[in-house]
Amino acid sequence: MRHELRLLAAALLVAAVSTFAMAQTFSALRGETPLDQEGQPPAMTPEANTSEREARNYPEQPPLIPHSTEGYEVSIRGNKCLSCHARSRTRESQAPMISITHFADRDGQFLASVSPRRYFCTQCHVPQHNVKAPVENDFLDIDTLLTRTISGPRR
Amino acid sequence: MTATADAPRSPLWRRMWAFALDIWNVLRRPSSVFGLGVLVMAGFIAGIIFWGAFNTALELTNTETFCTSCHEMRSNVFEELKTTVHYNNRSGVRARCPDCHVPHEWTHKIARKMQASKEVWGKIFGTIGTREKFLDHRLELAIHEWARMKANDSLECRNCHSAQSMDITRQSPRAVDAHQRLLFTGQKTCIDCHKGIAHHLPDMRNVSGWQ
Repeated sequence: MRHELRLLAAALLVAAVSTFAMAQTFSALRGETPLDQEGQPPAMTPEANTSEREARNYPEQPPLIPHSTEGYEVSIRGNKCLSCHARSRTRESQAPMISITHFADRDGQFLASVSPRRYFCTQCHVPQHNVKAPVENDFLDIDTLLTRTISGPRR
Repeated sequence: MTATADAPRSPLWRRMWAFALDIWNVLRRPSSVFGLGVLVMAGFIAGIIFWGAFNTALELTNTETFCTSCHEMRSNVFEELKTTVHYNNRSGVRARCPDCHVPHEWTHKIARKMQASKEVWGKIFGTIGTREKFLDHRLELAIHEWARMKANDSLECRNCHSAQSMDITRQSPRAVDAHQRLLFTGQKTCIDCHKGIAHHLPDMRNVSGWQ
């Protein structure tokens, strides 16, 4: 009898909790749209097109693309990025050359031109949009961090 | 009567030659039935009708409906065009096939149309009848178009994009630089840099300026 009562109470508790969970709407990055429905996507903004280089937040960061890349084909047939950023193209285009590190294959062997594993530029380098970041970010770069912690006599 | 029916007929080429001679004899003699004025007016009216019909037919072949009536165009290049700015853009002005591929001016248009008669041959024999065949020929086809645009200084581009009306203060810094250094000085023409803007690229490995 006592055992059955305990079972009943547990069942009631589970029911109550699940009803509560169903009634509640979760607010997350995807908005308040229920999980089984498609929400209204935010309006698209044009790609930033200033052509001014952005500082990297940390030395290893792949540089951002400061221009629009709309309609640029990067495929097995051709690579529009390389028609400006390849070594032989930079005199005419005045664009920065792709880093020499991109010539190395995965065995560290340097090739004559961009290594196939680095061919698809937008895997790492991305253009930017002028949008408000959906998540707040308090990232500090290393220089800022160092100036904060340095103490002691002036050099 | 029966004798003529039984007589062996002369060979076909001889009969055709005799027929052609008959026509020639009618044409080279002055008309004995119609007045000169009637003949001149009839010729004039027939000329108008012929000219109108010719131009109408020419314009019919100069429409996107005509171009995309063949599956070679419809399911390859036209599909690719649809994702580009020349089909789909903010102002809703779009380029149709002949805007870029046929000169607008009459003389050049006729010249292009005569060249294009080879495409009828290609259609009949299915030169690019499948996607695979089309991809095999894509570089060759693209090289033809690039050469044509290079030779006429990107005339079809300039039908809409004139250097005079191009306000570089409204362009991005990159575009300003390239247009000032290379386009306005005549060192380059549109197609030198703007390849693959309306269709997918072919294999670009041996194309100058590409890797």
